[in-house]
Amino acid sequence: MTESTPVIEMRHIVKKFGDFAANDDINLQVQQGEIHALLGENGAGKSTLMNILTGLLQPTSGEILINGQQVSVDSPSKSDALGIGMVHQHFMLIDAFTVTENIILGSEVTKGLSLDTKSAAKKIQALSEQYGLQVDPYAKISDISVGQQQRVEILKTLYRGADILIFDEPTAVLTPQEIDELITILHNLAKEGKSIILITHKLDEIRAAADTVTVIRAGKSIDTFPVAGVSSQALADLMVGREVSFKTTKADAVTGETVLSIDNLEVHDARGVAAVKDFSLAVKAGEIVGIAGIDGNGQTELIQGITGLTKVQSGRVVLQGQEITNKKPRQITEAGVGHIPEDRLRFGMEVEMTLSENLALQTYYKSPLSRHGVLQTDEMDKLANQLVKEFDVRSAGIQVLAGSMSGGNQQKAVIARELNRDNELVIAAQPTRGLDVGAIEYIHQRLIAQRNAGKAVLVVSFELDEILNLSDRIAVINAGKIVGIVDAKDTNKQELGLLMTGMSLSDARAALKEEVDA
Amino acid sequence: MTAQKNSFSVALFSVLFGLIIGAVIMLVFGYNPISGYVALLGSAFGSMQDIGSVLTQMTPLILTALGFTVAQTAGFFNIGLSGQALAGWVGAVWYALSFPDMPAYLMIPSALILGTGLGALASAIPGWLRAQFGASEVIVTIMMNYILLFLGNNILQNTMAKGIKDSAETTKQVGANASLQMKWLTDLTQGSSISAGIFIALLMIVVVWFIMTKTTLGFEIRAVGLNADAAKYAGMSAKRNAVVAMAISGGLAGLAGTIEGLGNYLNFFTQNGSPAIGFDGMAVALLGGGSYLGVLAAAAIFSVLKIGGLGMPMSSGVPFELVDIVTASIIFFVGASYLIQLIQKRVQAMDEKAAQTAAAKKAAKVGSATDKNQKGGE
Repeated sequence: MTESTPVIEMRHIVKKFGDFAANDDINLQVQQGEIHALLGENGAGKSTLMNILTGLLQPTSGEILINGQQVSVDSPSKSDALGIGMVHQHFMLIDAFTVTENIILGSEVTKGLSLDTKSAAKKIQALSEQYGLQVDPYAKISDISVGQQQRVEILKTLYRGADILIFDEPTAVLTPQEIDELITILHNLAKEGKSIILITHKLDEIRAAADTVTVIRAGKSIDTFPVAGVSSQALADLMVGREVSFKTTKADAVTGETVLSIDNLEVHDARGVAAVKDFSLAVKAGEIVGIAGIDGNGQTELIQGITGLTKVQSGRVVLQGQEITNKKPRQITEAGVGHIPEDRLRFGMEVEMTLSENLALQTYYKSPLSRHGVLQTDEMDKLANQLVKEFDVRSAGIQVLAGSMSGGNQQKAVIARELNRDNELVIAAQPTRGLDVGAIEYIHQRLIAQRNAGKAVLVVSFELDEILNLSDRIAVINAGKIVGIVDAKDTNKQELGLLMTGMSLSDARAALKEEVDA
Repeated sequence: MTAQKNSFSVALFSVLFGLIIGAVIMLVFGYNPISGYVALLGSAFGSMQDIGSVLTQMTPLILTALGFTVAQTAGFFNIGLSGQALAGWVGAVWYALSFPDMPAYLMIPSALILGTGLGALASAIPGWLRAQFGASEVIVTIMMNYILLFLGNNILQNTMAKGIKDSAETTKQVGANASLQMKWLTDLTQGSSISAGIFIALLMIVVVWFIMTKTTLGFEIRAVGLNADAAKYAGMSAKRNAVVAMAISGGLAGLAGTIEGLGNYLNFFTQNGSPAIGFDGMAVALLGGGSYLGVLAAAAIFSVLKIGGLGMPMSSGVPFELVDIVTASIIFFVGASYLIQLIQKRVQAMDEKAAQTAAAKKAAKVGSATDKNQKGGE
């Protein structure tokens, strides 16, 4: 351990909610100029710990030292004053405002009766150059990319004089290229003397960005060690507390007949703009087709169009020879489509109903779950108990409200319900978003088992690792159109990353070849 | 479960605070609150007739409150209960007077079904407008209250045959073939206007509870009300459920109006405004906190206050209006349940903090000891 005083020292932090200890004696030391990763599964206690550091929660016991001084962080404004800034996963920006206006919001400088945006913009420009952020202070938020919006959030904390920056899952919304840029920015910040806490459960990023990592499991800090020379496998095993396999091994696909065929599909978004256009794709029995693309390129509308949640403007969707274009969601479900929706809280479940009721959500109207319009609660509970056991859904019983369960278990419940119906086609949109490696591993195995059983699987994901790991074939979507369809074995992240930006397959391959040659 | 418990404690607090505010106002204006409340209870429970009146008062409130609860479960705010009740009232009385010779075993069921159906129709219209065009059911039901009020008065004054009216403003009394009053009940309650309606209302609590919690229809109504997107995803029709839930809601209000017509008043007369049972039913439903037994208890409390309040001026000199202040305060506190929950949380937090400081003191002692050990290790 280094001899210098740590910038942040959290000692023996305990936070109890009733009898449940979210943090159970956690110790954390962050040095100046260090990128310190905080690694842990969902629900391990990372967020609780950071909420304590930023003054949103008070610890039950334990102490916090900033630069060796014991402090009590009893409010967010206190945390601000101590130079702690947080870059949230979900940006808090006003679209119609400029970068400068967003940054000075809440601490506006006035000149007489008017805002003094000019001097603020100058300061922001200077900060942006100092840390290599490349943000135009006068650009409107709605005109800049997600990656740039994140930099605006970083600038916000720097503008307020933060020396300690906390990043909460910063790469969740970024493309591979943007992730590389962010990592460079993190290094720049550290070089200039800022201390960084990086909350993540993505192991590659920890290895690329962090100097030191603290692993948290079940509310306890397990270990702190330098990242150099540690394998992703070792990190994952430590985080989960058992051996984890990343690459779910799967045999070569044995494909059968075409199950789903989509011809020249056009679907409009809520504003009436064509979000999916001239989209054609076929998925065969026994294969997993992955749709890769940056968020907002028509994936949501595509899935909603296939599953009957949104009207299809033109084109056809055919399932096993039967046309299901613009059929009602229930007709499509009954035709043999299982749908794991992108937004499980909005579409996938009724959070204010019980787990048992949620597991019956697609079949409640059929025997044996109901008879003559009367629900058979015994049968519902029997089904729920069976699914909970089979799919390892953990909760305090089947009568708990679905909303009180952890994200991973909610998702397992949705998957249990959708895979239990013996469907010919399973559509999984963002099946593992926000979940930790343990749960991801499990869900991937389930989807692959579905494929091995001769079912067709269509996966939409923004995570290239997931796409590469699961898919037999990969269709890259950009602006609602397929840019290219590649075999998962013949491609890599760089190529997919370029395709996702709209580059054609031949251009992408040429560009990558040039890079290698150079 | 905890939500259920929460709304129970909110209701209890609200009633208590309402009564306290009533007491304070009585004190301020120089009345004795104890004798005021004693007089209230005396007038509500003093005789069998008083008890009969309380039950008569409760009957439509239970039904309109059930109606409001069903709509609310589906995610709608049915303010049109008054108009829907009126539709049932006018329709049932008109029908009963038009067929004076129909035997009771045909007349009573058909009149009940007709009144319920008219209420359901009056409510299905705003439900359909909401489902089809997204028209706010709040505005539409408010406006329909006026339409139905003046339509009812107009039918009475201009459409009904002279032969079934006592005057331009009042119909004749319905015949024995249509009356819901029962001789033994009337005798037991010394001539109060209680009727078989109270049994119908109690039965409907069970029926509505069963529909909403035990049937696929209730499952769908709850699912659509809680999360329309997830319901659509699961293949339920939000449109159909909007119409069905609103129709059930209005049907219950129509039944309330029918019982007012065939059980309580036995006639229909020109209304100066929308009947109070609609709006009082909303208050009862709010106090009942969405629970079906809660509706029964809340309807009882409201009716005791209302009937008891009528006797207060006579025996204690406290003006009748005081009861309105108490009921209004109760509703205010239910509405401000957030405030009550906040107070509960504060009290809890204070308890926890006391426990925490005690624990922290203990931990500090242990903590300093381990710290020394650590330094020694380095």
